[in-house]
Amino acid sequence: MTSIASTLKSGLVFLVLWGTSRAAFAAALDLREGVTDMSQRIQALHHMSLWVCVVMGVIVFGAMFYSIFAHRRSKHPQPADFHESTAVEVVWTVIPVLILVGMAVPATTTLIEIEDNSDADLTVLITASQWKWHYQYLEADIGYYSKLATPTEQIENRAPKGENYLLEVDNPLVLPTNKKIRFLTASNDVIHSWWVPDFAVKQDAIPGFINEAWTRIPTPGLYRGQCAELCGKDHAYMPVVVEVRPEAEFDKWIAGQRLARELASGQAVADRNKTWTMAELMQIGEQVFLTHCATCHEPNGVGQGTTYPALAGGKIPTGPLEAHIDRVMNGKAGTEMQAWAPQLSDRELAAVITYERNAWGNATADLIQPRTIYAAR
Amino acid sequence: MVAHAADAIPQRSRVWAYIARWLLTTNHKEIGTLYLWLSFTLFFIAGAMAMVIRLELFQPGIQFAEPLFYNQMVTMHGLIMVFGVVMPGFVGLANWQIPLMIGAPDMALPRLNNFSFWILPFAFTLLLSSLFMEGGAPNFGWTFYAPLSTTYGPPSTDFFIFGVHMMGISSVLGAINIIVTIFNLRTPGMTLMKMPLFVWTWLITAFLLIMVMPVLAGVVTMVLTDRHFGTSFFSAAGGGDPVMFQHIFWFFGHPEVYILILPGFGIASQIIPTFARKKLFGYHSMVYATAAIAFLSFIVWGHHMFATGMPLAAELFFMYATMLIAVPTGVKVFNWVATMWRGSMTFETPMLFAIGFVILFTIGGFSGLMLALVPADFQYQDTFFVVAHFHYVLYPGAIFGTMAATYYWLPKWTGHMYDERLGKIHFWTAVVAVNLTFFPMHFTGLAGMPRRIVDYSLQFADFNMVSSIGAGLLGLTQVLFLYIVIKTIRGGEKASTRVWEGAEGLEWTVPSPAPHHTFETPPQFPPIMQRDGR
Repeated sequence: MTSIASTLKSGLVFLVLWGTSRAAFAAALDLREGVTDMSQRIQALHHMSLWVCVVMGVIVFGAMFYSIFAHRRSKHPQPADFHESTAVEVVWTVIPVLILVGMAVPATTTLIEIEDNSDADLTVLITASQWKWHYQYLEADIGYYSKLATPTEQIENRAPKGENYLLEVDNPLVLPTNKKIRFLTASNDVIHSWWVPDFAVKQDAIPGFINEAWTRIPTPGLYRGQCAELCGKDHAYMPVVVEVRPEAEFDKWIAGQRLARELASGQAVADRNKTWTMAELMQIGEQVFLTHCATCHEPNGVGQGTTYPALAGGKIPTGPLEAHIDRVMNGKAGTEMQAWAPQLSDRELAAVITYERNAWGNATADLIQPRTIYAAR
Repeated sequence: MVAHAADAIPQRSRVWAYIARWLLTTNHKEIGTLYLWLSFTLFFIAGAMAMVIRLELFQPGIQFAEPLFYNQMVTMHGLIMVFGVVMPGFVGLANWQIPLMIGAPDMALPRLNNFSFWILPFAFTLLLSSLFMEGGAPNFGWTFYAPLSTTYGPPSTDFFIFGVHMMGISSVLGAINIIVTIFNLRTPGMTLMKMPLFVWTWLITAFLLIMVMPVLAGVVTMVLTDRHFGTSFFSAAGGGDPVMFQHIFWFFGHPEVYILILPGFGIASQIIPTFARKKLFGYHSMVYATAAIAFLSFIVWGHHMFATGMPLAAELFFMYATMLIAVPTGVKVFNWVATMWRGSMTFETPMLFAIGFVILFTIGGFSGLMLALVPADFQYQDTFFVVAHFHYVLYPGAIFGTMAATYYWLPKWTGHMYDERLGKIHFWTAVVAVNLTFFPMHFTGLAGMPRRIVDYSLQFADFNMVSSIGAGLLGLTQVLFLYIVIKTIRGGEKASTRVWEGAEGLEWTVPSPAPHHTFETPPQFPPIMQRDGR
């Protein structure tokens, strides 16, 4: 009920905005202006074609409504009997052609620039998979995954929704200002589409092929978009967040990422050398499971039909250990079960497998150490 | 007891006779009725799915439909509306009207006609049964892009493929029948350029069907072999290409959307002159424009795929070809307005739906023109702007067209006038509801809401709520329509032979209701019209 009231209220707000602030009004109804030169030129193109349509609409519907008013039987009892005119037909064929040519010219010049992917300063390989993005900085050799950060409680209406509901990620893509950035898009499974409205970049990520797009962003800030191509169950939960930083800060961030990578590999060695207890692994494993696995297999491991098999009492988690490790690390071809080896650390993999074999009544008592995973890689 | 049992036998045989009559009928009017009722039934089923979709989108968050089920609803809604509602609806109208309008005793191939109808109930039972299967119904959108439908498709995908094959067979057989009927059974004197426009648009539609339904059959077969027989048409891992799926699909798909609208153009071109009491303006240019649209529909498929990484030259070609469609479409709209111009108009329900068709279809045409511009399409593609666009051309286009035709010819079919007051209420509520449902989708799309998502961010909440309220109202108007149709069948004011004062054409020379057999000898053409219409 409150949201119906809020709809009515925002309806009123629109009317007020109409009078006071065109900018705010446009923000609610118009194509986003965005921040790049290209997005603004596309908005101008949008406005041009919209106004052509509006003018044509006013003329055609105006004539029609005039006719409906003036040529109804009560006012105009005797119909005329004309029914063709070559001159008129030629006029209303030729004029639209000229208007279309007028629209095609700016569209063509803009498109030619959009398709010019040459001379990039920086290249990011975007690899999509169900339902997350992987960003690889080709020059700096840094890469990481980026996925939805909105908690399940908000999606299931058990907690109030945050300001950036469904448009927030754990690790945003970080980009510098004023550089020509080339995006290469690819996919590991189905077709996805990487889209940031404020850059006017939308490019399909197609398994087996690599597509190109580019942008140059003048202003720092956080920009949000979404996957635009139906990619399966969690298509709605695949946001894109880009954090644009001034160039100096961006360079610092790259250096920081490199350092973090070194530290992580040191951490991995330490993980391997340590012998972990069941309690430690179960605790980490539960976290990993809830973050990465529960969206399909459900938080309590009951799964969803045959598409997402139950893990509680399941054949794999209660069967031979080697098969279980293999399935988690390498996935199952042709299903949504992905290969997790490239996505998780040895410690996380060891913990989640341990968790799956000992949670929800799966009493195998198996304890998997990170070094076992390391050996299986 | 004995007497009772003896009574039951003729009772049962009457039931069997009734079933056999509808199962074995070769009469074009009865088959037309069957098609129309099938279409109407599926309209309620697919409409109920739309209600599930709008209910879920009423507010952000997951309330009624889990994501996987939501995707199934989106897919089945699209498939059934396209293949089960609009196409059989138009075929039903063709069955009833084409023989009546060209002075033929029946369709040229009556048994084939029976067969092409009776495939459909089985095809849709098969498709709908997938909702109850393990793994659920197809969930990859009505466009079933690979590899979501191949490697990742649920097991029920095979039932979907078989169902599509059956629908395709039915459509091709129906189209052959229509072409043969039009070419061979016109009454002497009715040359091609004297045919009513509904007949012309259906002739062109039938050719489109024959050309593209085999392409659809081909692409679903390739999906089937990719799924089960080790081929890799659409998998890069085996040397194929997922984008090739889209090329083949849209080579079918774009002519398909004209299949869904051309008969609507024909209906508007019949109704507007009747109620303007003035001949259709520019008959010849209407025919040429329809043919031009049909031709262009074969060379614009790439505009569905601008974001797939097409080369610049291809993008430019498809953009220009798509923009060109605006020219013949514009000619049609101008001709309708010129037909109304200086006529003597009355606004009975069929006329209201026809005018609603012209205006709202034109709005959908405008957004189509905007979508043709490739740079702007990068922003519009796969957003609710596209959803708004195609619902504007399909709902007020195809569905309003079918409703206009139903009100227009229902007195001829049933012998009764429909309730004019209820018809007008139906029209005005439908117009309000259609715009309330679909107009806000332009705004959510432009603001950046992707299509086919089960849940959305808070900025889109207000307009989605408006859309859902509109959709609920739109659902209710269909119940009213059903009531009006049933009421007209059961009784009402007796309809005259001509029914409408300004109606022209052979169908208005046979009594109302049209007798079981009409035009056993070819009628005179042009006909002498009685002066008994309203």
